[in-house]
Amino acid sequence: MSTTQNTFDWRKTLQLGLIGGLVGVLIALVGMVDEFDKRDIVAGTLSMGWTLLLLTALITGYFAASMMPKGRGLPGIVSAVVASAIFAVVMSVLAWLVDRFDLRQVLVNASPNLVKILTFEQGVPNGLFMLIGAGAAVGLLGGVIHILPDRIRKAVALGLSMVALLGLLQEIIQVSLAGFEGVSKALEWMFGKGTEKGLSVAGAIVVFIVVAAGNLLWNTNAPKVNAQFNKLPQKSRRSLRWLGYGILFLVIIYLPAVLGLYLTEVVNSTGLFILMGLGLNIVVGFAGLLDLGYVAFYAIGAYTVGVLTNFSGELTWHFGWNFWLALPVAVSLAVLAGVVLGVPVLNMRGDYLAIVTLGFGEIIRILALSDFLKPSIGGSQGIVNIPPPQFLGVLINNPQTLYYVIVAGAILALFISQRLRDSRLGRSWKALREDEDVAQAMGINLVATKLLAFATGAAFSGLSGSILAVKLGTIYPHSFALLISINVLALIIVGGMGSIPGVFVGGLLLAGMPELLREFAEYRLLIYGALLVVMMQVRPEGFWPEATHKRELHEAEAVKPAEAEA
Amino acid sequence: MSLLSIENIHTYYGNIHALKGISLTIEKGEIVTLIGGNGAGKTTTLRTISGLLKPREGAVRLNGEDLSKYKAHEIVYKGISMVPEGRGVFARLTVTENLEMGAYSLKDPKGISSNMERVFTLFPRLKERRTQVAGTLSGGEQQMLATGRALMANPSILLMDEPSMGLAPVLVELIFDTIQQINKEGTTVLLVEQNALMALGIASRGYVLQTGQIVLSDTAVNLKSNPTVQKAYLGVE
Repeated sequence: MSTTQNTFDWRKTLQLGLIGGLVGVLIALVGMVDEFDKRDIVAGTLSMGWTLLLLTALITGYFAASMMPKGRGLPGIVSAVVASAIFAVVMSVLAWLVDRFDLRQVLVNASPNLVKILTFEQGVPNGLFMLIGAGAAVGLLGGVIHILPDRIRKAVALGLSMVALLGLLQEIIQVSLAGFEGVSKALEWMFGKGTEKGLSVAGAIVVFIVVAAGNLLWNTNAPKVNAQFNKLPQKSRRSLRWLGYGILFLVIIYLPAVLGLYLTEVVNSTGLFILMGLGLNIVVGFAGLLDLGYVAFYAIGAYTVGVLTNFSGELTWHFGWNFWLALPVAVSLAVLAGVVLGVPVLNMRGDYLAIVTLGFGEIIRILALSDFLKPSIGGSQGIVNIPPPQFLGVLINNPQTLYYVIVAGAILALFISQRLRDSRLGRSWKALREDEDVAQAMGINLVATKLLAFATGAAFSGLSGSILAVKLGTIYPHSFALLISINVLALIIVGGMGSIPGVFVGGLLLAGMPELLREFAEYRLLIYGALLVVMMQVRPEGFWPEATHKRELHEAEAVKPAEAEA
Repeated sequence: MSLLSIENIHTYYGNIHALKGISLTIEKGEIVTLIGGNGAGKTTTLRTISGLLKPREGAVRLNGEDLSKYKAHEIVYKGISMVPEGRGVFARLTVTENLEMGAYSLKDPKGISSNMERVFTLFPRLKERRTQVAGTLSGGEQQMLATGRALMANPSILLMDEPSMGLAPVLVELIFDTIQQINKEGTTVLLVEQNALMALGIASRGYVLQTGQIVLSDTAVNLKSNPTVQKAYLGVE
């Protein structure tokens, strides 16, 4: 025991336990536990609401273990167990209070149902002991996870998150794969039956083991596989790579047929966000110009297409153009707007630039709303009767056909971004991001470089907006709120500033997932905020960072071993 | 005709009159130093020459041509390169990428790679670190990188702003040796320094700047023995 006393830090343990408890109380009182309890991760066994609480306890335990001076070993585990138990005590105090007094006048979500969930439906005294016991047990797990070697810890974490993800997306997976005979049998076994949603217990265990073991195996063998691949002659390496592209291409082509109508619709709206993300990534990620009014170009693209193609209604003009004719005009107008915005902000940096661009975005939205422009663009009633486009005789009027338009746009944007990133212009954007004065002193034309960044970004956003117009068939000013700009910015930050694959990861996480979990839409912003705060603390470079950014943030770790050798 | 001549320039920061009529000339092949205390206007003079600031009055002439009609980035193409104060390396780019940015004004890939070889011969340390991110280099290495980057543009005149700032004495000597070598290879140098003793040691002529005006100009040897300079800048009682 004496060694434990020497290294055990009661204050930190208590502190962490209380912080964890506070987070738990907050989650419960905003109603997330109650609301999320309606969905199961593991059918009949583990609800989403409980997953949230368990996760909080687990993280509390994990951090408590990592806080101990000697870190790994007995004090860490004791600390983890104690901290998570404290968390559970806080939660049981909450449950007791809610059970004893009616707090619903002030705290709407302090409902009897919350007590029921927190006490495992066992009533107040008994359930509370179970709660504290469960907290301590999860703390033990957190402590143990902390002790595990890096490799195994990562595999365990990945396995657990995969179980959560599959459980969450059960309905979608089952619906979309139901058409395949053999697969649907396996799915029936893997997922809960009947009305209960989520994985079955056996399914959850199998998923965890397969994912964790697969990750471990891959991590130990990846260098070997890579070496093998590099040993292959140039020619077969190239053909292997083309084979990969070919498979990817086939998947992309057949995806809407597999996914069905609703899911394709989700993919489409994610795709529009990714398209915008690729554009903003050039402005913010490459050139470092913080643009908060990005939605303006989206609106300009959509409204241009709307005005040029609509065929009847109360508006002054009914040009009734073909979409494919209107599209280049819309993109050009967006580019023009990008330049118009760019000129006055040439000398602005950082916060000032953010404020001015934010204002620009609002100006465009308010103009669209205004009575002044009502005869031409419809004011708050927007533009209706935007016809679906035709392509080679095929009418593009449902998600599954529109999907191909969006994919084509995204591939084009991807190609352009990638080529630009590796070009002379891409280099000068990066130099500009690092230091404007020095970039100028290297011979970079500040004006042209900045304007090109704004214009390219605006083009992608305008393209995305144009497609939105025909996707919806009607457009209203309220579709172009400030929140869209913030969403796009957030997806870039989460994916990794300046990283092209990061845009796709961020898009799936911040545009795709919320679309799939619509029933929890109330908590969307709360989760966004929490996610961003946690990201900045734990993984500031984003989920899929650009190579240089990663180098910068993790250089210390990477360089040390190299120097030790030298 | 002088390579670079500055005629009576007045530069302002908003309403602050920073340079009050400065004139100086630099001949081809010289090392000229500009010394003075904090806030004397040394950096402002360099920024005015490189076009980052525009003078309200007066002219900067390169080979007799007035540079006032050119923007900062165009002046690089005329053959003036700057090593900015505090080094100003592109922290998130690698050493090689930084050097490539320095050659932004050049179009010919062969010339660029031979320039890079030259920089690597001048600073072997940079060659060892060429894949490293510039932000993680030591102060001395960053100074080498900033100098190398400026040389990548094949300048006829190199403007150096306080290369000794924040460096250990050993490194300062190394940097100054390199400046002399660069000069021997044919590049004219305008050196701004607070470390007057070192600067006058390698320069042929010097100007002393005080509150935006030139108060003294002479050969380096004479300035070193000038009692006013000794008292104010060389710490001799």
